[in-house]
Amino acid sequence: MINIFAIADSQEESVATPALNRITLFFALLALVGIGAGLYAQMVGHHHAYANTRELPWGILISTYAFFAITSTGLCLLAAISHIFGGNQMAPLANRMVFLSIATIMGAFGIIGMEIENPHRMLIYNMLSPNLTSNIWWMGTLYSMAVGFMFLEFYLILNKQYKQAVTLGVMGAIAEVLANTNLGAVFATQAGRPFWYGAQLPIFFLACAFLSGAAAAIIFTHFAFKIRDIELDETTFTGMQTAGKVLALMLFLVSVATIWRFIAYYAGGEEAARVAADALVSGPLAINFWVFEITFGLAVPLALLMMSGLKSRQMMYYAALLTLIGQFVSRYDLVVAGQIVPEFAGWSGMPFNLRYMPSITEILVTCTGFGIAGALFLIGERFFGRTFGEGSSHH
Amino acid sequence: MKIEDLNKLENEGTDSLPSEERRNFLRFGLSITGVFLGGSLLSLTSTRNAQGVTLNQFDDAPKYPYKPHYSMIILQNRCIDCERCMEACTKTNNVPSYGFRTKILEQMQTINPTRKEQVFMPVLCNHCNRPSCVRVCPTSATYKNKTNGIVMMDYKKCIGCKTCMAACPYNARYFKEENRAIDKCNFCFDTRLSRGEKLTACANACPAGVRNFGDISDPDSNVYRLLHRPDNVAWVLRPETGSLPNVFYTVG
Repeated sequence: MINIFAIADSQEESVATPALNRITLFFALLALVGIGAGLYAQMVGHHHAYANTRELPWGILISTYAFFAITSTGLCLLAAISHIFGGNQMAPLANRMVFLSIATIMGAFGIIGMEIENPHRMLIYNMLSPNLTSNIWWMGTLYSMAVGFMFLEFYLILNKQYKQAVTLGVMGAIAEVLANTNLGAVFATQAGRPFWYGAQLPIFFLACAFLSGAAAAIIFTHFAFKIRDIELDETTFTGMQTAGKVLALMLFLVSVATIWRFIAYYAGGEEAARVAADALVSGPLAINFWVFEITFGLAVPLALLMMSGLKSRQMMYYAALLTLIGQFVSRYDLVVAGQIVPEFAGWSGMPFNLRYMPSITEILVTCTGFGIAGALFLIGERFFGRTFGEGSSHH
Repeated sequence: MKIEDLNKLENEGTDSLPSEERRNFLRFGLSITGVFLGGSLLSLTSTRNAQGVTLNQFDDAPKYPYKPHYSMIILQNRCIDCERCMEACTKTNNVPSYGFRTKILEQMQTINPTRKEQVFMPVLCNHCNRPSCVRVCPTSATYKNKTNGIVMMDYKKCIGCKTCMAACPYNARYFKEENRAIDKCNFCFDTRLSRGEKLTACANACPAGVRNFGDISDPDSNVYRLLHRPDNVAWVLRPETGSLPNVFYTVG
């Protein structure tokens, strides 16, 4: 029999300050502004409000959705691994990671709900008329299942029913991994888009999930203690260091994957993939790619972690923040570069690189994700803060 | 034998060669160099600019799995860009001004250093046998008709995720605001074929016989004969995607 948990046991009163309330309100308003922008786009028509075109139908909303979904997978997986294998040093962060995995996937859902034209039809026909060969169908279904599992898992954690929680956590993690690789496959199985097509993207997305998840764990733990205005206790700091190790390892692996992916484009294969790669290496996306994705997103954080020897909380925080910014830009680069070469480039004046600049409405809708994730994080700290602090391993 | 000795031999001509031999030779050359287009050999260019395969390159006895298996054979060199096909399509299928189901693309192609030629290429949905748009649609809103192979839309099921637009190798899809759904060529199935017409609006309107429409599984049909002319070279767009299109391009 499950007892209804007592909010009094889980809430963190030290977080309930007027300043924190104002910040929570700020994030909630950010989400509302984004939702307002999404409703506006629905009313005037996406083709008026969003900068996407027939030739480039996906833009910053798809990439930001992928950014949040991938981060959610990483948080869920790292939490599940900590919970399953108990006693490992990341366990003190695990309860918070479960909650944040829910928060980030909610951010992702918020954005995708306003990216697609007919979300109401999705609710109906995903069930009534499923297409089992569609990666989009699997991705949506599996992420929805994952959220269900994680809600239950978190409820059980709040009730201290850790054994059942671990089972739900594993189910959630499996659903998240499958959803995540399907998200990769949404791009990777499009033979008509040679920049995306190939076997690497699903495993690359999974690697990016661990990378983004570790970075998010560090950032949110950092802020969790900052808003309490206390220093990290030793076990939490050790947990953060373990997340830092995962972060460093994944920075290295994602760098290796990125290097070989680009060498493969130039080694042969379809011309369009090379033209798309050129857009990143020396074309319109070059600043995104070299400055944000490679330098600040991979190289600098790895250097910061190495140089600080994972001994400085501040350095880990900076490395994680840069990583997440890099990952955000990386998703954008991937989505845009995959479509930047039109199908009939060179015909009827069609350029070899299409232009895409997100509209103000799209940028505002993007804010929804940050608003939801930020507000939920702070609400979580306020009402479940003590549960996060318990830092149990549920082995 | 040295090449000088070869030169001394009398030319027997190609007339005495059996058709099979010539076909094999042609196929051999094409598979190495690219595509034979309007009398010009466009070798060493990217597949995007010079796409093409000889018909039957992979299978000497092509199977047409649908009955009727609707197909369009485009005699590309005949197109003069009069755009009557586009006009007929727009009128027949109520296509809004911001979209198109079919279009004539044009390109100035270099024939040799001193000569250039304007080439027109009509494009439309290729009603592929392996349609990437159909595979990716989460709600089966777009589907391949089991009888005639036409890639169709069930507008009410379309969630507007635009994955089919991203997946289509032929830029054949657009979002039609009026339907709140993706719209695309369906070979005029609802507007003409199902009402007893034999041709699509574009094929019917074309004054130059560029667009030839019919059942390619029927050896007596116009499209079958056009595609299966001896020594005929036909090509499809973007064969590298493995989409197996049912719109073929050739000259004639």
